[in-house]
Amino acid sequence: MKIRRDVFQAIADPTRRAILLLVATQSMTAGAIASNFDTARPTVSKHLQILAECELLKQEQNGREIYYHLNPQKMKEVADFIEPFRKIWDDRFNKLEAVMKSKIDEHKKK
Amino acid sequence: MEQKTKINAEEGKQEIVITREFDLPLELLFKAYEEPEFIEQWMGTKVLKIENKKHGSYAFETSHDGKVVFRANGTIHEFIPNQKIIRTFEMENMPIGVQLEFLEFEKLTDDTSKLTMQIIYRSEQHRAEQLKLPFAYGINMAHSKLQEIINKLK
Repeated sequence: MKIRRDVFQAIADPTRRAILLLVATQSMTAGAIASNFDTARPTVSKHLQILAECELLKQEQNGREIYYHLNPQKMKEVADFIEPFRKIWDDRFNKLEAVMKSKIDEHKKK
Repeated sequence: MEQKTKINAEEGKQEIVITREFDLPLELLFKAYEEPEFIEQWMGTKVLKIENKKHGSYAFETSHDGKVVFRANGTIHEFIPNQKIIRTFEMENMPIGVQLEFLEFEKLTDDTSKLTMQIIYRSEQHRAEQLKLPFAYGINMAHSKLQEIINKLK
């Protein structure tokens, strides 16, 4: 079975959200990131791998070290994904307002 | 311009808060949620049943070309006219599951009112399914639009 990797799955996990917050201000090595967590190093590596696969994190080779940094483009996708949901409710409420306003007008005519 | 409808879906929580200010007196806003005739008009669905009282229940159904395309139902836990509705809501055949809704109606001025809707999901994952739904729909729309253009080019 192919495991689905998308940004929503990535941010559903609290450890992964904490990692994203950590690297938001500066790029860090896997070791430096892992030192912030009580979890076993391989577990943190697994999280980093998922975040990289979802393109939320980018890897950069610097000498012998690999640095992880945030991919703002992909993060924007996460911020934008709520907009279609808001739009649906906005349309729905606009309809409600229009329907009820027509009731006021009908009432006035009577 | 400030948005009339606001959505707050905080990370790490299993709820969504929707707020909206209406150019409608409070009584009319509430009626839009109370009267089956009005619900049908703005929600675009048929109201099969609605019992606006504590422990009452409701059911909506939408058909398209004689086929049922949407069905939702729930139980009303509290119904205080012009103030509050507490109810469950469930879309049938959807992975989102039952949600608990707190609807609060407030008077702002004689002609304006505000609705605050707090929706609680079973888990963060269930909330994500809900939020992804229109997102996925939007992507599908974009895809079919693209397909249409490509087909024309052929």
